[in-house]
Amino acid sequence: MESANPTIDRAALAIAATLLAIALVILWDAMSLPAPVYGIGPRAMPIIVAVGLILLATGNAYLAWRGDFPEREDYDAKAVALIIGGLAALMAIIGLDGGFIPATTILFAATATAFGRRAILTDLAIGFVLSLAVYLMFTKLLSLSLPAGPLERLL
Amino acid sequence: MDALAALAQGLTVALQPMNLLFALIGVMLGTAVGVLPGIGPALTVALLLPITFKLDPAGSLIMFAGIYYGGMYGGSTTAILINTPGESASLATALEGNKMAKAGRGGPALATAAIGSFVAGTIATMGIVLLAPWLVEIALQFGPEDYFALMCVAFVTVSATFGSSPIRGLTSLAIGLTLGLIGIDKLTGQARLSFGVPELLDGVEITTLAVGLFAVGEALYIASRRNRGEEKIEPVRGSLWMTKEDWRRSWKPWLRGTAFGFPIGALPAGGAEIPTFLSYSTEKRLTKHPEEFGKGAIEGVAGPEAANNASAAGTLVPLLTLGLPTSATAAMMLAGFQQYGLNPGPLLFAERPDLVWGLIASLFIANVMLIVLNLPLVGLWVRLLAIPQPWLYAGILVFATMGTIAAKPSVVELAMLVVFGLMGFLMRRFDYPVAPVVVGLILGPMAEQQLRRAMQISLGDPLVLVQSPISATLLAIALIALVAPFAMKGLAKFNKSDD
Repeated sequence: MESANPTIDRAALAIAATLLAIALVILWDAMSLPAPVYGIGPRAMPIIVAVGLILLATGNAYLAWRGDFPEREDYDAKAVALIIGGLAALMAIIGLDGGFIPATTILFAATATAFGRRAILTDLAIGFVLSLAVYLMFTKLLSLSLPAGPLERLL
Repeated sequence: MDALAALAQGLTVALQPMNLLFALIGVMLGTAVGVLPGIGPALTVALLLPITFKLDPAGSLIMFAGIYYGGMYGGSTTAILINTPGESASLATALEGNKMAKAGRGGPALATAAIGSFVAGTIATMGIVLLAPWLVEIALQFGPEDYFALMCVAFVTVSATFGSSPIRGLTSLAIGLTLGLIGIDKLTGQARLSFGVPELLDGVEITTLAVGLFAVGEALYIASRRNRGEEKIEPVRGSLWMTKEDWRRSWKPWLRGTAFGFPIGALPAGGAEIPTFLSYSTEKRLTKHPEEFGKGAIEGVAGPEAANNASAAGTLVPLLTLGLPTSATAAMMLAGFQQYGLNPGPLLFAERPDLVWGLIASLFIANVMLIVLNLPLVGLWVRLLAIPQPWLYAGILVFATMGTIAAKPSVVELAMLVVFGLMGFLMRRFDYPVAPVVVGLILGPMAEQQLRRAMQISLGDPLVLVQSPISATLLAIALIALVAPFAMKGLAKFNKSDD
């Protein structure tokens, strides 16, 4: 990375910082619990885990400082964003009662595009058929309940 | 011969027509999903868990056994034909198996893997039968402090001892333990790390974590580096059958692989990588055809594949007798038990012998079904490999979200799936092992419960942990297993600086 000391791995250092932050949140949360009357209460385990995380954050920071993390290759940020976008769309549609089938249809097309396909209409169609099949099989055959929207209520 | 009588009892359960059908569905689904590239046995079990929601416990567990063994078979097919092992335990198989497939000997490679898996699976399952009642007897003597110490051993061996970096392994474990803290504390009813979100009060679902880490994380990782190297499916050319020479060269590796795999799997040492690589290097040393190694030696497929299957069966020993999962796949099996409120362990052997022994008996049946189905149907499974990658991963994500939302209909659960997916992506990118997170989540709360129970009995005296000889020994083992990798690294450095 382009820092003064070429061996310092900034991204890995951020991981160590995140671990430390998580440890502090755990400690803060544990302190809000009432102290046990006798023996060890619900506080003990969070404190043990938090102390472990602090030690490990130090260890990770040391590895990052020495550049001991394996080499990482460049990655395709657009592909990652497309899949995360697909998942976000899925959550939005299900959250707004749009139903399972439209939600997973979009997720299917977004993921296929992330993997380099450039035929969005075909992929939407395939995603729709797959989602429909999954929905019918699991709700009718296995009587699981999946989120239903306007479309699913017609089935 | 109590064990054999119990096994016979179990067989009468497993041979009921409905249960045979469940076993058949299980092995078919397990193979079909396991054969898909990028999907290892743990994810196979996690993805198929929702299918068993509405079944009765016996049928569901029997189906599970089929899925578990089927996933293992499917994984070896992928490793041989496209050199993308779904899990590190198939790496050794891919080494020689893919070379054999490239040389037009894919058929015999698949055959020796399948028959070796059958031999290893059968011997190892027999090992479970003989070992389980004996371990149950020992487990009955265990107090809570001993269980706690045993879990400490499992924590250390799963995360630190055998990985590439003990610090990164322990970090993964700590993340799992943190996730295990979330939710209502079972003993006092206090909410921990829930931040007022009602969905968090029940804690983190193990299936959501596993599917997020393995399915979403893997999809993100593969998509992010798609442009590197296309995978090529090797067509299965020529005869599927092994020649006399192949048989002669395979049977000893099968048996040696089993001998490595089962004990290492049965110890809480986690992972099948060690026995598979031990088997690989042993076969390489003992072979009469050393020139073939690296170019497709059948011994290099037969041994590791047997070791892999035997160790998978071996992990069922601590799981069934102690309730101790030592691999991600075993953790998923435990989740399968827990969805019915069943806790594997000595008590389950006493209370529901029909269930436990029915499950063990169905392992034999699943094994027979797999060998009968797999050799003739291998062409069908190979066709699954031809699904184009974009559709394959898109389909995996549809199934992943389906399973999550079917288990818990809430957008918060989906959000957790996405967060775990991103976490899995970053962990792969920065080389953190994923399995310790899953084991930490499921074992963490169990360890805490045992620790607190022990402290309650001792009225808060922590010395109870070292006063029981069992617990003291186990804690010493855990400590050695924790320090050993650091010490060995230090020693290696010391030696290097000496030169």
